[in-house]
Amino acid sequence: MKTAQSIAREVQSGESSASAELDNSLSAIRARDEELNVFLYVDEEGARATAASIDERVARGEDVGPLAGVPIAIKDNMCQTGIPTTCSSKILEGWRPPYNATVIDRLIAAGAVPVGKTNLDEFAMGSSTENSAFGPTRNPLDPSRVPGGSSGGSAAAVAANMTPLALGSDTGGSIRQPAALCGLIGMKPSYGLVSRYGLIAFASSLDQIGPFSKNVMDAAILLEAIAGHDPLDSTSLPEPSPSLVAHVNDGVAGKRIALVRELVEGADEDVVISVNRAVEALKDAGATIVELSIPEFRLGLSAYYLIAPAEASSNLARYDGVRYGLRVDAEDVAAMNEATRTAGFGAEVKRRIMLGTYALSAGYFDAYYGQALKVRTRMIDAFKRAYQQADLLIGATTPSVAFAFGTKTSDPMSMYLSDVFTIPTNLAGEAAVSVPFGTGEAGLPVGVQLLGPGRSEAQLFAAARVLEIAEDRS
Amino acid sequence: MRLPGDWEMVVGLEVHTELKTATKMFCGCANHFGSEPNTNICPVCLGLPGSLPVLNEHAVDLAMAIGIALHSRIASSTFHRKNYFYPDMPKDFQISQYDLPINSGGYLDLPDGSRVSIERAHLEEDTGKSTHLGGTGRIHGADRSLVDYNRSGVPLVEIVSGPDIRSSAQARAYASELRGILIATGASDGRMEEGSMRIDANVSVRKPNAPFGTRCEIKNLNSLRSLQRAIDHEALRQIELIEDGGTVRQETRHWDENLGETSTMRIKEEAEDYRYFREPDLVDLDPDQRWQDRIRASLPAMPAERRAKLKARLVSPAQAQLDAVEVVIDLGLESFANAAIDAGADPALAVARAANELAAGIEDLKNLSAEAFSATLLMEQRGELSATQAKTVLGELLASGGDPKAIAAAMGFEQLSSDSLGATVARLIEENPDEWTRYREGDEKLAQFFIGQVMKITKGQANGKAVIAELQARR
Repeated sequence: MKTAQSIAREVQSGESSASAELDNSLSAIRARDEELNVFLYVDEEGARATAASIDERVARGEDVGPLAGVPIAIKDNMCQTGIPTTCSSKILEGWRPPYNATVIDRLIAAGAVPVGKTNLDEFAMGSSTENSAFGPTRNPLDPSRVPGGSSGGSAAAVAANMTPLALGSDTGGSIRQPAALCGLIGMKPSYGLVSRYGLIAFASSLDQIGPFSKNVMDAAILLEAIAGHDPLDSTSLPEPSPSLVAHVNDGVAGKRIALVRELVEGADEDVVISVNRAVEALKDAGATIVELSIPEFRLGLSAYYLIAPAEASSNLARYDGVRYGLRVDAEDVAAMNEATRTAGFGAEVKRRIMLGTYALSAGYFDAYYGQALKVRTRMIDAFKRAYQQADLLIGATTPSVAFAFGTKTSDPMSMYLSDVFTIPTNLAGEAAVSVPFGTGEAGLPVGVQLLGPGRSEAQLFAAARVLEIAEDRS
Repeated sequence: MRLPGDWEMVVGLEVHTELKTATKMFCGCANHFGSEPNTNICPVCLGLPGSLPVLNEHAVDLAMAIGIALHSRIASSTFHRKNYFYPDMPKDFQISQYDLPINSGGYLDLPDGSRVSIERAHLEEDTGKSTHLGGTGRIHGADRSLVDYNRSGVPLVEIVSGPDIRSSAQARAYASELRGILIATGASDGRMEEGSMRIDANVSVRKPNAPFGTRCEIKNLNSLRSLQRAIDHEALRQIELIEDGGTVRQETRHWDENLGETSTMRIKEEAEDYRYFREPDLVDLDPDQRWQDRIRASLPAMPAERRAKLKARLVSPAQAQLDAVEVVIDLGLESFANAAIDAGADPALAVARAANELAAGIEDLKNLSAEAFSATLLMEQRGELSATQAKTVLGELLASGGDPKAIAAAMGFEQLSSDSLGATVARLIEENPDEWTRYREGDEKLAQFFIGQVMKITKGQANGKAVIAELQARR
């Protein structure tokens, strides 16, 4: 399949057209969507209209933008005007947002063609896309296994060549973990780099939108197009979008990169081997490698499973049956709220709402939520100390390659552990990218994770590109 | 009202005021009372999935103005979420301030010389408004409930006093003085009947120097009269209860204006756990010194200062005039009174006309200029208009504006004051020779007879002094 970069070049030059590229994308979706359950909604009509208008603009000689005519899949927790947006939950049944998320506006301004909305774990709570009210998504590389989650649909769309690009959201690893399991580039940008306006909140202080792609350059093009200050998001960083594409080939010569013991601890042997090979590749490209232990990373999971559910318990309160989505009638308002939420939310969402409500309750706040906030502060300090010794950190993205359906659903704790290496970055609001490097069990891809301080996306892409080149040569 | 025996009441007030910003607290929707339901709404104030709040800086300006006027300390503050389910609250949490409010501490001095401490004055958003139809007419048991989200997200400041108030009259004076400050700062229009200022009263009773008793909170008092009545009623209820051997239960109570009594809304045990936590969608609010200084410099004089200045212009004022000054200050009418005094009007007249005629027509004040008000009073003072005529001219000015001389002429008032008054008096003298003779011989009571006759003919539009002048000129 063509890269996003080459599609944009060909559409802009007239060699190809947005409509033709869209046809390719729609055929690929038709070919495998029934088997894989990637898309919750394909906006064929809207996408055709968008593609046609791009083609007209090209014909008029206009510069359409860096993503001219590139089909893109959108995780179904981002609002797009008039398009059903469900968060894979029954509770949002029938709801069509009256507004676009900022990222949708920016994609359209960059010439991209949103083709539809992808499956996810309900409200982005999960690591396998098995928690969707509309059935699980299958991993295109091995349909007996999960694609990871929560952005499993977006990852599968790119892995199955349905679209060259997809947007996901990452609260505790929901982009990087499925990227690793599907053999893709997936980046969690610095908190505030990409506007959250129109991203349906799971945990507001952790959520961040980011790109999926098959190669580093495409991810850089996509992130550059959607990043930058947004006056509609108070937590948005004040700077305009950073220059990323120009730095993809900067390499790592002279950089110090630290292998973090806690980011491989407990990982499968195949995974550890891949990480070590990646370290060697970076060394060969001129980086200095150091080893570090950051014991605070071990506290990340427990802090995350208090902070994220606490925020979620509040963010998800609005699904009360009063204004939109599902309503289950009952004798009075309180009973209607309860009946609606009981019928509308799945088990994992309920579990986290209860966990979060408990953590914030009078008498428990200090011991749980308050304590978790202190751990979060320690995590931020630990990263700061680490970045005094190294420019970037490296480790595994996930402890294992893609796992089979049902293997972790009965034990939430084992599922939560899939995110043990990705969570620290979210707690600290920093950036990290997962890069496919080597294979593990059953020939499935392994994800290597590069972590950097806030606004280090250009450096992370440059390091990821070094691994990509090394992998192509091997 | 005096409480029985040596009982003393202890009252603290929580005043919610809607801020007079053009747009809502976290979105660009119009902040406007009285629009068609659900017309001033957007994804943010409807709390639609994915929407995010962005703080309105003008709301911060006004909150700081209130804080400065109340001598509060302005500090770096944060927003919190107050979580509870209610259908008119679209996110099912309210964005408010919790442990770090924008304004802490402070005080308010009342006209009687007493001082009430201020604990805090914090920013928060208003909710929508529910209307329950059919059945019980309340949220439980209505046939249908309608929600108007126009008010959702309107900026509020909640001003919490210390438990320093000791009588319902003092509570009323505090609310009234605070209202004056809110109007003076431009923070609020102070319209209690439209809900732009709402009061909750915490009331307890005790014996002198005893520790505070258990308090009850009376919710949503929406007039100064209700405030005073509700507090008195609640204090008496508590005293009666204690004297009958009972104990006061901490609870929230509802004031029924028609029945003139309070009743239980919910008891403390049912109080919700609001699970406050920092609002992650907003950043800290940390107004720098320059911002604070800008607000401080833009503040006009507060009511206490303006009241003192206006009183100083009255010469040995009677109580009625001092009361009139209160009305003039409360309604912000002293620019009219001062302009008239500056133009040479009698200060007592200026204050009286402002406190009565202007106060009555306050809704139409926009039609009246200070110049027109001054000119009318001077015409009255010169005898060109009777008191009744002057009031009529002011009424006309308020109703439709214009020039007082032209209005007086159009109404025929000027004719009366010159030629036609003389002609009328001359005619009356001719028609009543006996009375005229008695008057000429020194029976001053007869002046009243002639004034009465003139008034009858002119339908009350003549100036009594001018009639006497005409009579004396012919004596």
